[in-house]
Amino acid sequence: MEYNFKVPCSKNKLIEIRDFLYRVLHENDIPDIISNTLVLAVDEVCANLIIHSHHCNPNEQIELKVRVEKGKEIVFDIIDHGDGFDISDYKEPSLSDIVKQGKKGGIGLMLVKRIMDDIELIQGKNKNIYRLHKKI
Amino acid sequence: MVEIKNTIEDDIITIHVIGEVDASSSIYLDESIKEATDKYKKVLVNCEDLEYISSAGLGVFMSYINDLEEKDIKMVIYGLSDKVHHVFQILGLDQLLKITDNRDEAKRIVNGV
Repeated sequence: MEYNFKVPCSKNKLIEIRDFLYRVLHENDIPDIISNTLVLAVDEVCANLIIHSHHCNPNEQIELKVRVEKGKEIVFDIIDHGDGFDISDYKEPSLSDIVKQGKKGGIGLMLVKRIMDDIELIQGKNKNIYRLHKKI
Repeated sequence: MVEIKNTIEDDIITIHVIGEVDASSSIYLDESIKEATDKYKKVLVNCEDLEYISSAGLGVFMSYINDLEEKDIKMVIYGLSDKVHHVFQILGLDQLLKITDNRDEAKRIVNGV
């Protein structure tokens, strides 16, 4: 099964993204505690793109595609247009440094890496696909 | 969307967080913790009605850890649901913050008994 969703790049659309994901995961009988972490990981990538790549410009959009292969894996594609951010280049900061500096950000991608089994960035002409894999 | 209600009982302020804390709403949690820790040394965060938290919300809690220590403020989070508690556990934040199951225990900790 494949599911699609498209939203403008606005932070207050994150809740709609999560509702869409919860519906898809619930429909595919994914247990609550797992679906909550998967929703969280996708939410983190979307929030990063909306805020850092698109500067909350509601005239730009991000698109989500979810493919569920029952008993095998779920693949989440988050698609945007613009400069891509290679998540595999991301160097994980240490938690104690973040605490010491009193920073509020910097842990979103850490969560994504811990939750998902594999993360890839597929770049085309002015198009980026952030692909997150989770075995089920 | 998040709604935050503060109540004061003796020298303890309780921040009741209702709804979802994400990148669009974490600023409200930040403002209430800032206000509470400016005035009070004993802060409880009631998360019984917190349905979702993302890194933006976790980051707010983390950013106060040093401050609390420096100013000798006691802050305890209580009432996390299993799924929200799990999010704190993924990065080990449950080890850096004071988290308990219920209000009575949280009160005992801020009162130092």
